[in-house]
Amino acid sequence: MKEVINLPVKDIEVEEYHINMGPQHPSTHGVLRLVVSLQGEIVKNLKPHCGYIHRGIEKMCEKDTYPQIIHLTDRLDYLSAHINNHAVCLLVEKALEIDVPERVKYLRTILDELNRIASHQLWWCSFGMDMGGLTCFFYGLRDREHILDIFEESFGSRLLHSYYTPGGLMQDVHPNFQKRVKDFIKYFRKKIKDYDDILTGNIIMQERTRGIGLLSKEEAISYGVTGPSGRGSGFSCDVRKHHPYAMYSKVEFNEILLHEGDTFARYMVRMHEMRESMKIIEQLIDNIPAGDYTAKMKAVIKLPAGEYLQRVEAARGEFGVYVVSDGNKTPYRMKFRSPNFSNLSALDHISREGKIADLVAIGGSLDYIIPDIDR
Amino acid sequence: MKEKILSLVPGAEFQENKQYLTFLIPSDKMHELALKLKNEPEFNFDYLYCLSGVDYPKYLEIVYHLESTGHRHELVLKVRTAGRENANADTVCDIWKTAEFHEREIYDLLGIKFNHHPDMRRIFLDEDWKGYPLRKDYVDEVNIVEL
Repeated sequence: MKEVINLPVKDIEVEEYHINMGPQHPSTHGVLRLVVSLQGEIVKNLKPHCGYIHRGIEKMCEKDTYPQIIHLTDRLDYLSAHINNHAVCLLVEKALEIDVPERVKYLRTILDELNRIASHQLWWCSFGMDMGGLTCFFYGLRDREHILDIFEESFGSRLLHSYYTPGGLMQDVHPNFQKRVKDFIKYFRKKIKDYDDILTGNIIMQERTRGIGLLSKEEAISYGVTGPSGRGSGFSCDVRKHHPYAMYSKVEFNEILLHEGDTFARYMVRMHEMRESMKIIEQLIDNIPAGDYTAKMKAVIKLPAGEYLQRVEAARGEFGVYVVSDGNKTPYRMKFRSPNFSNLSALDHISREGKIADLVAIGGSLDYIIPDIDR
Repeated sequence: MKEKILSLVPGAEFQENKQYLTFLIPSDKMHELALKLKNEPEFNFDYLYCLSGVDYPKYLEIVYHLESTGHRHELVLKVRTAGRENANADTVCDIWKTAEFHEREIYDLLGIKFNHHPDMRRIFLDEDWKGYPLRKDYVDEVNIVEL
């Protein structure tokens, strides 16, 4: 038997060095560059570099009419296209004091929630893939396809819908809509159990997410981290509850609040939210009232001079539209408060002193969409 | 609340707004007021949910949309810069961390420098970019829409 030689261990000074994660990195899901300062594999600090797809949407809005702006909001957070459209529509309706038909309110709420489920499905499958579970990716995309098919049948588009217009909807939904949505809920209630079986209970995934990337409630509020990411830290920030719009004041659903503040809590909030969204849809889908799909609107929409702000709950957090109008058909200034921009600002704080491998899990749990950050 | 805020800041000006209680605050009083609004339990404005910059012909304006997560009341504060050249204002990012990114965005697109900001760089555009695109007098030489 060979004798084990113990080499003298000296204190090794590890120099801090920088590594670029992105702009092309599979886990950033888009073009975002994170300049990470490392000591060994410990993240010392991190600087996000945004702007790779900055298109100046706010500047473009200043030349567009309000119905045109709706098409641009799709291109922010493309996975909550309906919800972003909804914000602009609500803002115009509020400024002009237009009451939309009940049917529109029902359909918008159902579509918003379908959009939220589709978005969370895509988040779940890509999060699973980031954790190394390729099966998740196929499961998630397979189920999301059902929602996209419903969307396609009713208004022709699968991703960038631009289906809402100020005052209502572009056209009525397809006659099959009600049946297909009910079929989907029945189908997805079964399938979501698989999600829990394959990933939530998985020991590797739990080890990689529990206690990782801690964000306290006070920090979440201070950084403006909203949506599922904020609610995973116990920050009650659901706009649907606190500033209800459309049908949200009339349906019953729970605001999911978890208090751990780690990556796993953020994961679980989204899992619960998909079930809550299904609950909302189930309460509405059987009672959609008959009627017009749009209110009567003038051909040219001019907002009275003044300032308006509308907040909605997008899939990733609070989406706000702030408009300064000078009475023309185009806004004087349009600002989008995008949820991902604020969520990203907390990334540096929560990934410090963690391992670089955890950065992928933390980034996945914040679920950032780059076009929404860059605008 | 209107009276309380007016008594806190002598120079504050109340503005009519249908949606929110709005005040115009003198630039040099903003940081002091923000600190009070966040820390005093009767206000407790701990959530800055929107921070925007607006370009007007004679000045630039910063708009703070605040909400209290405890009391659920909302408030809008506005600060005007002295002029359009060398525009500056005090940072509030030591009070609300989210302001750090939002102030960098305002600096990038509207050119308002925030004093005491820890990292006052452009956030979307390149460091050597000339001009501030969201200003009304910004000339874009390669605007595809106008070609």
